[in-house]
Amino acid sequence: MLPELITEGAKNTLVFTFFSFLGGLAIGLLVALMRLSRRRSLRWPAAVFTDLLRGLPALLTIIFIGFGIPIATGWQFPFPKYFPGCLALSLVAGAYMAETIRAGIEGVPRGQMEAARSLGMPYPVAMRRVVLPQAFRLMVPPLTNELVLLFKDTSLLAVLGTLAGGKEITKFARDFANARSNSSALVAGGIAYLVITLPLIRLVAQLESRTRGAR
Amino acid sequence: MISITGLRKSFGDHEVLRGIDLEVAAREVVCVIGPSGSGKSTLLRCINRLEEPTAGRVVVDGVEVTGPGVDLDKVRTSMGMVFQQFNLFPHKTALGNVTLALRTVLGMDSGAADARGRQMLEVVGMAGKADAYPARLSGGQQQRVAIARALAMEPKVMLFDEATSALDPELVGEVLGVMRKLAEQGMTMVVVTHEMGFAREVADRVVFMDDGLVVEQGPPAALLGSPREARTRSFLAKVL
Ligand SMILES: Nc1ncnc2c1ncn2[C@@H]1O[C@H](COP(=O)(O)OP(=O)(O)O)[C@@H](O)[C@H]1O
Ligand SMILES: [Mg+2]
Repeated sequence: MLPELITEGAKNTLVFTFFSFLGGLAIGLLVALMRLSRRRSLRWPAAVFTDLLRGLPALLTIIFIGFGIPIATGWQFPFPKYFPGCLALSLVAGAYMAETIRAGIEGVPRGQMEAARSLGMPYPVAMRRVVLPQAFRLMVPPLTNELVLLFKDTSLLAVLGTLAGGKEITKFARDFANARSNSSALVAGGIAYLVITLPLIRLVAQLESRTRGAR
Repeated sequence: MISITGLRKSFGDHEVLRGIDLEVAAREVVCVIGPSGSGKSTLLRCINRLEEPTAGRVVVDGVEVTGPGVDLDKVRTSMGMVFQQFNLFPHKTALGNVTLALRTVLGMDSGAADARGRQMLEVVGMAGKADAYPARLSGGQQQRVAIARALAMEPKVMLFDEATSALDPELVGEVLGVMRKLAEQGMTMVVVTHEMGFAREVADRVVFMDDGLVVEQGPPAALLGSPREARTRSFLAKVL
């Protein structure tokens, strides 16, 4: 049991976490920039997006993407083993990260953008070369924290993970426990999560105290 | 070089600039003085449109800054601005601060940008600190790097907004020294300042602002020595 828990379950959990984190970052950055825009036509869709996805239970979003869309449209996702799960988690993570990224950008003194603009830098250049690198430093602790949450939330994909070789840790452990009437797989699954989350949680605490010290 | 007519600026229903007319000739140094809150910063920030004027015209070097369809990024390269809080980029070295816009705005390659950057740091006496990050520099050194950063774009006009107000008294001199040198080299400058000594010695003209209006202007000796307006007299009595 243990080898497959690692080679299938843990591997898939990491794959889901990795792609959803990247997807969440991309969506979060886009939505954050839209929310900071001067144009209302960009601000309000971004606000609706974040409110909606933070207001809905993540599990419902996952079920909606994984089952609702294919049922309603008859359309099948490409890469069905990973894509629907990654998409759903990216959207949820993106909504939370958008707020983190926005707070990071707003944490950079206004004078930085003004100095860059006064030198003739266009807004996107000033954002990318001056503001975002500084905002990113402020964002590292909360983003690491969101990585931990996302890592754990991949377990919600247990409702989807029915394809061969596509089970993440929770689904794998649950099926194993069901099949053998033996709950030790669940304990092993729990340990697999903790091996990753506990060091990350310590890291976040350290990062947070360091950012505080730097102020 | 700079021509401002009928400039107004409101924040909400608070009118901060109430119709400013001001001409600055090429190579002229104009010092703007006045009580805090009188609109001096807002005036400077309207010149390069960091603030959007509510009404009026600003023309710099023949380009109507307030005109429709103006390429703001382009006209801003012709105006350098120096801020009270320096606003150096903390994640860049002194040299990196100076070269960032050379590379991203003027499209210089890094060799050419570094060469001009070092030359500009030399001008402000900061060549020895090219590789230092702002956090390792004193306020006076930071402000001199900020001046070099603005000068590197070869602006036609320099705008100084209380460039020495955030400095410890012993560091004011080095920054004023750089500004004086610039003035002597013929740079067109608009200098918002509380340094009356600098205004008296370096300015070609002093402008006194109060409550969003230019109350009085003239040569430094006349304006600072024998002001006509009561408001100017009472302000000077407080600061001199
Ligand atoms: N962004 C802003 N929003 C609202 N009010 C502002 C803003 N900037 C400046 N003001 C107000 O405009 C007035 C003039 O400010 P300012 O131009 O900074 O004066 P000064 O530089 O002469 O001290 C002040 O009353 C200030 O509170
Ligand atoms: Mg001011």
